[in-house]
Amino acid sequence: MGLKSKDLLGMKQLTPEEIMEILDTAKTMKLVISSANKKTSHLQGKSVVTLFYENSTRTRLSFELASKYMGSASANISATGSSVAKGESLLDTARTIDSMGTDIIIMRHPQSGAPHSIANKLNASIVNAGDGMNEHPTQALLDMLTMYERFDTFEGKNIAICGDVYHSRVVRSNAIGLAKLGAHVSVYGPRTMMPIGIENMGVRVATSVADCVKDADAVMGLRVQLERQKSSLFPSVAEYSKFYAITPEMLALAKPDAFLMHPGPCNHGVELPTAVYDCDQSVINEQVTNGVAVRMAVLYLLMARRNNL
Amino acid sequence: MKTILKNVKIFNSDKTEIYIEDGKFSEAFDESSADEVIDGKGNNVFPGLVDMHVHLREPGYEYRETIATGTAAAARGGFTAVCSMPNTFPVCDNAAVVQGILKKAQEAGNCRVYPIGAATKDIEDTCLAEIGLMKEAGIVAVSDDGKPIPTAGMMRKVLEYASDFDIPVLNHCEEKSLGEGAMNEGIVSTSIGIRGCSTAAEDIMIARDIILAEYLGVPVHICHVSTKGGVRMIRDAKARGVKVTCETCPHYFTLTDSACENYDTNFKMHPPLRTEEHRLAIIEGIKDGTIDCIVTDHAPHHQDEKEVEFSHANNGIVGLESSFALSYTYLVKTGVIGLDRLMDLMCYNPSKILKLGRGGMAVGDDADLTVMDLDNEFVFEKDKMLTKGRNTPFDGWKLYGETMLTIMGGKKTYEKLC
Repeated sequence: MGLKSKDLLGMKQLTPEEIMEILDTAKTMKLVISSANKKTSHLQGKSVVTLFYENSTRTRLSFELASKYMGSASANISATGSSVAKGESLLDTARTIDSMGTDIIIMRHPQSGAPHSIANKLNASIVNAGDGMNEHPTQALLDMLTMYERFDTFEGKNIAICGDVYHSRVVRSNAIGLAKLGAHVSVYGPRTMMPIGIENMGVRVATSVADCVKDADAVMGLRVQLERQKSSLFPSVAEYSKFYAITPEMLALAKPDAFLMHPGPCNHGVELPTAVYDCDQSVINEQVTNGVAVRMAVLYLLMARRNNL
Repeated sequence: MKTILKNVKIFNSDKTEIYIEDGKFSEAFDESSADEVIDGKGNNVFPGLVDMHVHLREPGYEYRETIATGTAAAARGGFTAVCSMPNTFPVCDNAAVVQGILKKAQEAGNCRVYPIGAATKDIEDTCLAEIGLMKEAGIVAVSDDGKPIPTAGMMRKVLEYASDFDIPVLNHCEEKSLGEGAMNEGIVSTSIGIRGCSTAAEDIMIARDIILAEYLGVPVHICHVSTKGGVRMIRDAKARGVKVTCETCPHYFTLTDSACENYDTNFKMHPPLRTEEHRLAIIEGIKDGTIDCIVTDHAPHHQDEKEVEFSHANNGIVGLESSFALSYTYLVKTGVIGLDRLMDLMCYNPSKILKLGRGGMAVGDDADLTVMDLDNEFVFEKDKMLTKGRNTPFDGWKLYGETMLTIMGGKKTYEKLC
């Protein structure tokens, strides 16, 4: 039991068996979240620190609650209000946290590969909570848990993802994880937001939103980072919402029991009309609950490995 | 001072002994009159190598490298002449800085240093640097290397004005409006989420510079070519008679962008490592003569500038001490080219392009030479390097072509033979 590696850096590093172990463990953890007394002792006597160089609501809070539900001592550091603001390097900051006896460091950073560059220099386990445009493995795991609760298997399922693929670490992690379990991922977005060679990651590049979502078992919208509009990757919100949004008509092309996901935060009326966000097929709020469960599972399995060594 | 180097195989010669008197190759003299007799132990002697593209970092960045340490590394790599790029602090854009570099190089005495001046003042692309005055002080070329000369208009002015002084122009080709990535744009950059710079960005500026050189009828030299398209365009231009020359670096024919997969910043440089298709095209360009020179783009950085997030890390790797061995092992031992062509690439062509007059081994020529062991494999170790930089991707590589001895102007500048 437990993960093979000291760290959770990305879906790239997980085996299909490890992914399934995390998802099965998360199902159990979800029972804790829904119980009257949200407390386990799995992380009692352990310390967990979140180190965030980027803003976050749900990822950070869900990690914090996950560690607290399991009884750990937990603390938070952000880039503002710490020595990071004085120009301390990532490695020095991480070594400082490591030297305080920290068991797990949960890290978000705007640069791809930042957690990879420090992981083998620390005793603590590193959990990647999002690194630049590379990966966001616990987001993919919570998305997969949400699917797993509705599918008996990932094998042969069609997953459609629409939006800014280029800048999305959520897409990369989902594409890698879902491919490992046999699902078929289709992606679509403006060509200016489609990275070269994405098809080599085992995804199909669709030719339109309709082509992407047709016969999908699950449909995922991605946040349009509106600041990108300044770099002219798309001409206007009006045009984006007309040609690239997941409208009710588009969603109707998916399978009848398909459901709609979004990693949040959502720009209502841009990538999703509010009517779609709130529709019966939307499982967006459940994704948030599953985020806590998956993060409890990840912390539990990483700690199990540390305890076994 | 009289020296005899005996028991050696001499490049392009049947002789086994070399005679040096007062810093010059000389006629044979009696061993009893020699001040020193060196046993070359059957190793190969080549003319001193020439690297027309290095960053010695002084003045201003002495924490990365000094002229003394950089030229010591050059000597260890078999070089007796290097050309220093002007992106120092202050920038080498005036005669005073040129003179300062020459003085420091003279004091160090490890290797001839030929400064390259900035093409534009402060490498800011707004006005021409004092190319004429810098030539009087000793520059052999101009370049804004590290940065491209971004507009066609400024490039034209630089080419025209430099031609008045018969000064070659070397350009780092990269169309920055296509985005400033940290590695090659492609499958690997997409997979690991790093912003890529496209081969198109390099190709577009190479095309521009060829067009300008052809239109104006002046020479242009393309720095560190890394792309298939670049090689093809330069080949075609040469066939038309355009005065274009170019260089590449050992990393472009030994490595590909897949080396960046683990975010190791010792594989980060500009232009970036490309894909296998481009690596093979560079080898083809070396083989058919399209590529004129092998240079190192030796770019020492401090540990603190490399042990950071991949996108934040400085560009560049050190190369002076691995260049010959990599080139010999991957080009000559593999049968791509022979030793004659290797010497064109690493000595005669750069000397010719910049009119340095190096590479001669006739009686009366400056006694610049290097002795290489071509027969025994050795392990290249970063901790044995003489450069201050430790940013090499080749640590632990098994190579052939270890430097045994380097002599510059009759003086030993590096010695492993004992």
